[in-house]
Amino acid sequence: MTTTSTRKPRSTLRPADRIFAGSTVIAGSLILAALAAVAVFLIAESIPALIVDPAELKGAPSSFWAYVGPLAFGTVWAAFLALVMALPISIGIALFISHFAPRRIAQGLGYIIDLLAAVPSVVFGLWGIKVLAPAVTPLYGWLVQNLGFLPFFAGGVSGTGRTILTVAIVLAVMIIPIITAVTREVFLQTPRLHEEAALALGATRWEMIQMAVIPFGRPGMISAAMLGLGRALGETMVVAMVLSPALVINFVLTGSQNPSTIAGNIALNFPEANGVDVNALIATGMILFVITLVINSIARIVINRRKAFSGAN
Amino acid sequence: MTAAAQSTGIVNSLTTGRLPRWATWVILLGSWAIMGVIFALIAAGSGTEFNISAALLLGLFLFIVLIFVFAYLVEGLRQAKDRLVTALVVSAFLIALIPLISLLFTVVSNGLPRFDPGFFGQSMRNVVGEGGGALHAITGTLLITGMATLISVPVGLLTAIYLVEYGRGALARAITFFVDVMTGIPSIVAGLFAFAFFALILDDPGIRFGFGGSIALSLLMIPVVVRSSEEMLKLVPNELREAAYALGVPKWLTILKIVIPTSIAGITTGVTLAIARVIGETAPLLIISGFTASMNYDLLSDRMMSLPVFVYTQYQNPGSEVQPYLDRAWAGALTLILIVMLLNLIARLIARIFSPKLGR
Repeated sequence: MTTTSTRKPRSTLRPADRIFAGSTVIAGSLILAALAAVAVFLIAESIPALIVDPAELKGAPSSFWAYVGPLAFGTVWAAFLALVMALPISIGIALFISHFAPRRIAQGLGYIIDLLAAVPSVVFGLWGIKVLAPAVTPLYGWLVQNLGFLPFFAGGVSGTGRTILTVAIVLAVMIIPIITAVTREVFLQTPRLHEEAALALGATRWEMIQMAVIPFGRPGMISAAMLGLGRALGETMVVAMVLSPALVINFVLTGSQNPSTIAGNIALNFPEANGVDVNALIATGMILFVITLVINSIARIVINRRKAFSGAN
Repeated sequence: MTAAAQSTGIVNSLTTGRLPRWATWVILLGSWAIMGVIFALIAAGSGTEFNISAALLLGLFLFIVLIFVFAYLVEGLRQAKDRLVTALVVSAFLIALIPLISLLFTVVSNGLPRFDPGFFGQSMRNVVGEGGGALHAITGTLLITGMATLISVPVGLLTAIYLVEYGRGALARAITFFVDVMTGIPSIVAGLFAFAFFALILDDPGIRFGFGGSIALSLLMIPVVVRSSEEMLKLVPNELREAAYALGVPKWLTILKIVIPTSIAGITTGVTLAIARVIGETAPLLIISGFTASMNYDLLSDRMMSLPVFVYTQYQNPGSEVQPYLDRAWAGALTLILIVMLLNLIARLIARIFSPKLGR
C-alpha cells in the first residue's frame, strides 16, 4: 500500500447507493453460484449411478463406462460430422455477406441466415424425419451401391434414412447460423487499410481475402467452429426424433445401426426412467456438461484474446 | 478467342482479356439448361419423375466448373480463381437457403389443416384420434416462459449493470467469462440440473412441475440477457453520467434515471430475443415439466405441458390412427415458428423505433 499523498475527494455513500450496488453484486455472484450449483447437483445425483452394481442399470452393461462409451462416441461423432459440413458453408456465407454481396442487401441477407437460428429445434426434428430422411434415402442407396468399399458406407443401407448422417445434416443446418454470425463479425473487423493495401497492389478479391481477411480472422474462425461444435454436441431433439439408435460404436454413416448421442439418449429414456436409471442418465448428462464446458471455455479464451472482438452471439 | 481479340488490336488495354459482364449469367443459365435437358432425357428414358432439385444442384456444380474454365482461358489463372471463389461463396449461401425454404414451406403447408379455432380452444383431455388442441400447451408455454422471464430479467439486468457500472477486477472478469461459457450450456443439461436440484431439495425422485422448467429456462436465458444488456449499457455516452454526477445525483439514481431510460429500447430488444430463444426449448421442459393432456395453471404442482413438448409428444406417441396426431404436431410447429418470428419482429421494431438517435 502506498501512502495517500494525493487525496481523492470521496462522495458520501448513501444507504440507497450501498443497497443498489450490493444487489448488483449479488445478482452477478448468483450467476457464478448457479453455475457451481449445476456442477454440484449434477455430481450429487450422478454418484448413485457410479457406485451401483452395473447389472442394475438399463441393458445391464458390464460397467457404467461401457454404457456411456458408445453414447459419448456418438455425441462426438455426430457433432464432428455436422461441423465438417457446416464449417465450409458457414465461412462461405460469412465471406459472401461481408465481402461479396452488394453493401445494400448484405444486412438483409444476414437476417435471412439468422432466421435459421430462430427455428426451434423440435421443428427441425420434425422436418428432418418427415422431409429430409425420405429425400436422402435414395441418395444413401446410391452411395452404398457405388462407394460401399469405403468403411463409411459399408454394410446394408437403412431403409428409413434415419441414420447418423441425416442427423448430422440437420445439426449442420442448425449450427450454420451460429458459425456464420461469429465469423461474419470477425471478417467485418479486418482492418480496412490491410484490405485496401492488398487491392492497391493489384490483388484480386480472393487474393485480398487470402492475404488480409483470412489471417486476421483465423482465431475467430476457430472459436466460431468450437462454439458451433458445442451447440451440436448438446443438441437433443433432432437426435431423439430422427435417429434410430443402437448401443454400438461404428463409423458407418448410412446403416441402420447408429450410435446414439448422450443428449438424445436422455430425451428418449428420461420420461420413463425410474430408480437408479435416472441417476445413470444424469451422470451421462454430467459428462456432456463437462465436454461442452471444456470446448466452450477454450473457444471463449481464444475469442477473448482478441480484445476488440466482443463475442457476437 | 483471346488470340483473335488481340490480333484485331483492341484499343483499351485495360478491358482486354475480360469476360463480358453478361458471361456469368449466360453460363449459369446455360449450365442449368444443359442439366435440365439431361435430366429430362433421363426422366423420359426411365419413366421416373423429373428430378428438379438434382438438376438445379448439378447445374450449379457445372456452372462452377465452367466459369473457372472460361475465366482461365480468357482472363488467366488469377482471375479464374477469383471467379471460382465468388461462385463457391454464392453457392454456399444458396445451399443454406434450401433447408430454410423447404422447412418453412413444409411447416406452413402441413400445419395449416389443423391451424383452426379448435386447435387454440381445446386441450387434449380425453381426446383420442381427431380433434383436440394445444390450449393446455400454449398456456403452459406462456406461464413457464413468463416465469423464466420474471427470474432472468432482474438477475440479468442487475448483472449487466454490475459489469458496466461497478465491476472491476477479478469478480467482474470471472462473471464475464462464465456468462460467456453459460451461453454454451446444452439445454438438456439445464433441464437435468433443475431436476436434480428439486429432486434433492424436495426429496421427490420423480418430480415434474412447471416452475422447475422456468428455472431451467432462466439458466439458458440469463446469459443472453446479460450479454445484450451489457452491450446496450456500454453504448450510453459517459457524458450523460458525468452530467448527472455534476448535478449531484447519486450513482444509483443516475443509473436508474439516466442510464437505463437511455438504453431501455436496446434492453427490451435483447430481452425479447432472449424470450424468443428459450420459448422453443424442448429438452429441458421434457425433463422437468413433463407432459400431460390436461390444463394446468399451477406452476408449483403437477406436470405442465408446453408447446414444443406438445409437438414432440404428438409426433413421438401417436395413437393407432397416426394422421391426426401428425397434423396436430405440424400445427403446433407452425404456431411455435409464428410465435418466434413475431418475437423477433417485435424486437427489431423496438430497436428501430425507440432507439435513441445518437447524433453522428
